[in-house]
Amino acid sequence: MSTQVPKEPETEEVETDPVVKSAQDRRIREKAERTARERVKTDEAPDLEGEDTRVIKVFRYDPEVPEKQEPRFDEFHVPFDKGMTVLDALMYARDTYDSSLTFRHSCRQAVCGSDALFVNGSQRLGCQTQLGDLDEPIRIEPLPHQDVVKDLVVDMQHFYEQMEAVDPFFDPDDLPADEMAEQAQTRANREKIKMSTRCIWCGACMSSCNIAAGNNDYLGPAAINKAYRFAMDEREGSDKKRERIEIIERENGVWRCQTQFSCTEVCPKDIPLTEHIQALKREAVKENLKFW
Amino acid sequence: MHEHDVIVVGAGGAGLRAAIAAQEEGADVAMVTKLHPVRSHTGAAEGGINAALREGDSWEDHAYDTMKGSDYLGDAPAVETLCQDSPEEVIQLEHWGMAFSRDDDGRVSQRPFGGLSFPRTTYAGAETGHHLLHTLYEQVVKRGIEVYDEWYVSDLAVTDADDPENRECHGVVAYDIKSGELSGFKARDGVVLATGGPGQVYDHTTNAVANTGDGVAMAYRAGVPIEDMEMIQFHPTTLPSTGVLISEGVRGEGGILLNDDNERFMFEHGYANNAGELASRDVVSRAELTEINEGRGIEDEYIDLDMRHLGEERITDRLENILHLAEDFEGVDGLTEPMPVKPGQHYAMGGVETNEHGETCVSGLYAVGECACASVHGSNRLGGNALPELIVFGARAGKHAAGGEFEPARITVGETGDSEIGSIDSPVQLGEVGLTRDDVAADGGTAAAPGSSTLSPAETVDRAVERERARVDRLLNKEEGVNHASVRADVQKTMTQNVNVFREEENLKDALADIRVARERYQDVYVSDPSRTFNTDLIHTIETRNVLDLAEAITLGALARDEFRGAHWRKEHQERKDDEWLKHTMLTWTDGEPRLWYKPVVLEGESKTYEPKSRSY
Ligand SMILES: Cc1cc2nc3c(=O)[nH]c(=O)nc-3n(C[C@H](O)[C@H](O)[C@H](O)COP(=O)(O)OP(=O)(O)OC[C@H]3O[C@@H](n4cnc5c(N)ncnc54)[C@H](O)[C@@H]3O)c2cc1C
Ligand code: SF4
Ligand code: FES
Repeated sequence: MSTQVPKEPETEEVETDPVVKSAQDRRIREKAERTARERVKTDEAPDLEGEDTRVIKVFRYDPEVPEKQEPRFDEFHVPFDKGMTVLDALMYARDTYDSSLTFRHSCRQAVCGSDALFVNGSQRLGCQTQLGDLDEPIRIEPLPHQDVVKDLVVDMQHFYEQMEAVDPFFDPDDLPADEMAEQAQTRANREKIKMSTRCIWCGACMSSCNIAAGNNDYLGPAAINKAYRFAMDEREGSDKKRERIEIIERENGVWRCQTQFSCTEVCPKDIPLTEHIQALKREAVKENLKFW
Repeated sequence: MHEHDVIVVGAGGAGLRAAIAAQEEGADVAMVTKLHPVRSHTGAAEGGINAALREGDSWEDHAYDTMKGSDYLGDAPAVETLCQDSPEEVIQLEHWGMAFSRDDDGRVSQRPFGGLSFPRTTYAGAETGHHLLHTLYEQVVKRGIEVYDEWYVSDLAVTDADDPENRECHGVVAYDIKSGELSGFKARDGVVLATGGPGQVYDHTTNAVANTGDGVAMAYRAGVPIEDMEMIQFHPTTLPSTGVLISEGVRGEGGILLNDDNERFMFEHGYANNAGELASRDVVSRAELTEINEGRGIEDEYIDLDMRHLGEERITDRLENILHLAEDFEGVDGLTEPMPVKPGQHYAMGGVETNEHGETCVSGLYAVGECACASVHGSNRLGGNALPELIVFGARAGKHAAGGEFEPARITVGETGDSEIGSIDSPVQLGEVGLTRDDVAADGGTAAAPGSSTLSPAETVDRAVERERARVDRLLNKEEGVNHASVRADVQKTMTQNVNVFREEENLKDALADIRVARERYQDVYVSDPSRTFNTDLIHTIETRNVLDLAEAITLGALARDEFRGAHWRKEHQERKDDEWLKHTMLTWTDGEPRLWYKPVVLEGESKTYEPKSRSY
């Protein structure tokens, strides 16, 4: 099973108010049943006869709705046009058949990082994946190795915590005395950090990483890449750089990486993550030699 | 109930900058945002940030260009503030580590942009917005500012004195999307709205799905005037299936536009004999739609943007990201095929009325960024002028909300002696459906409790929470009805058809009628997802109410303004009428209905007056 759902649906907090709880639960149950009936109805509604269609199989789970507590896959038939993406197909399915189908999305152009999904067995952005390039049946699942909140929505909290554990902010040793003076940066140095600045926090890399899957404390590729982005920025200065190297050298930092390249393969922004991790390992060695 | 000094609603460029400024002023700040900050649509901006940084340039020139670009509907004090403060705000970003593109001497690069007399558009590759957004968020993390992410703000807690100018804002009501919990957020000093643009009013837009204009609609229903809503910018080159923007750079490098007869119509049909494909956004957008409407569109839907003749080397060198966009989002190879494009909604110049400190007429309530109208863009925004607006006014509003010192504002907010009453010629009833005089209240819908004007700030927030709880329960408990998606689709369709780059009286009235029908259908809307967990069905249903109110406001403004100015073109009135229309269209939600009035444009700057000239380049 590629996705984890919390073992027990969390209903503890509401238990303090049994009256409300049971009323709400009844409402949820009744409505879910009705929605299921409705879905069957609307499923037949659009006439896709003679149209080019695709079938998507979508992972469903909701801790609160009885019929969805046991994870399952739902099939949806969607009309196909050239240019259509996996995200378009999901939106069509939601707006036409089942408005409870839940997934994150916003920009539709691979910049907001909301819709990293597990599509036909690999991590990709829904909005950046052409439906026409996929073999049917098209299986759409939440990111593996992350807790599922509902349907395709995973809990990103752990990912954010790792990102924030590496001092993910510019912190120069000193600033120009003149408030309006720029800190100079060479083109070459800007080029060196360029790819690392492209990260959109989608979490695809972390989800593809075997090490991260086995060790929850491993910083993971995206956070290490963030550290690289600042450690390699010549504007920051050597004191902060040393601090940064210390952070990524800790037990769950760069040395955990076994250069399997899975992160690099899935990154929708083509960031050479493994290379960046290797570069930081070299920096760490250099930094340590200084103190010998 | 949560309690902070300053509550910032929205965490795009504008909200993040406001939060940092408020915190630096000593306030305890919290950000409440429906998306995690890095998911905000500021991240999509490509081109750059205008700032007069270099020798030979000056804030005065930037201000002149901006006033001219605005077609003299910008207010000079706001425009001058923008241009004066932008350089230091841009350098501030550099000091916060933003990865600007660099010149050989190591300084930040600038490039030319449409409508600018100096190459002052400061950029970071083709992803300036992404860098700006992440740089600001990094500073928020550094400062430990509290962020409630994936919390949807659904209402403002505003007192309900009769006159909006006497109302006070004490906080907001927000809904934790993950758990379904509804909470009050009390703001001791101020609430800053930074909720971005309303692109979802249209079905074809460069904006994100989350850009539903929530802040504008909430402020509007709380009695805050909204300004120049008809001023919508359309971008001529967006991909037909998604609305993804193909930057002007393609035409700048020599890309050409072709119709179905393979004609370079910009020249061959005389739309712009000099500038051709490089004419301004509104001219090219109207030309494309004329071609499509007259049957010369490709598949009756779009136009071809062809760059193949530029050769592979030049394309991969300078326009590489365009190749990726066309491939990923349209399945087209720009090296071997022309790219399909059509006009799409891009930017809202109008929004919540504010002065140059970001203050609205309701005390304690601020608005900044695309949701606000200070007004710096007037009837037409210049490329590269939105991002500086975020940081300049974000910083000012945040500081002001936290009690920072400012000189008195020169732009007035709310109705004054100079205001002129307007009248609306609508074929249908406007505003709230099924209103009876008794249940009218400040926020348009529910009656205020008797004696509510004496409520304490905390009680004001509590009352707003209760009202919202009733709304959410109603939506969730309703057994059956209409799915909001079909209501939203109807509105988007009529707006795209009738309130587009072409505006004709009959069509505008048709749009009002369609919006009315949609409003009536919305009365019967229900949420079929029964779950409390991550119920996006509920969130989208609430957003659709905002889309309805703003669609109506945009159409009303478009109907009222019978002239051609900037982005606003009227078939029956194809000239700019300075005698009559050097004024802003204002709408105030009054007793559940929009009320139209006007306020004069401020053309007097600090030391000079901007005399209207023709907007030709
Ligand atoms: C494709 C594209 C390219 C552009 N290129 C340029 C350019 O090159 N130069 C330029 O100057 N401008 C450009 N613009 C315009 C500019 O990017 C936007 O106007 C600007 O980024 C808007 O920023 P904002 O902070 O106001 O809103 P956004 O960045 O949209 O942020 C809105 C925030 O509000 C939150 N929010 C909204 N509603 C709620 C709610 N109900 N409850 C809680 N939170 C809420 C969201 O979560 C989000 O965090 C471009 C725009 C687009 C679409
Ligand atoms: S490094 Fe790539 S895959 Fe990982 S979070 Fe960033 S953009 Fe996503
Ligand atoms: S929707 Fe924003 S990255 Fe896909």
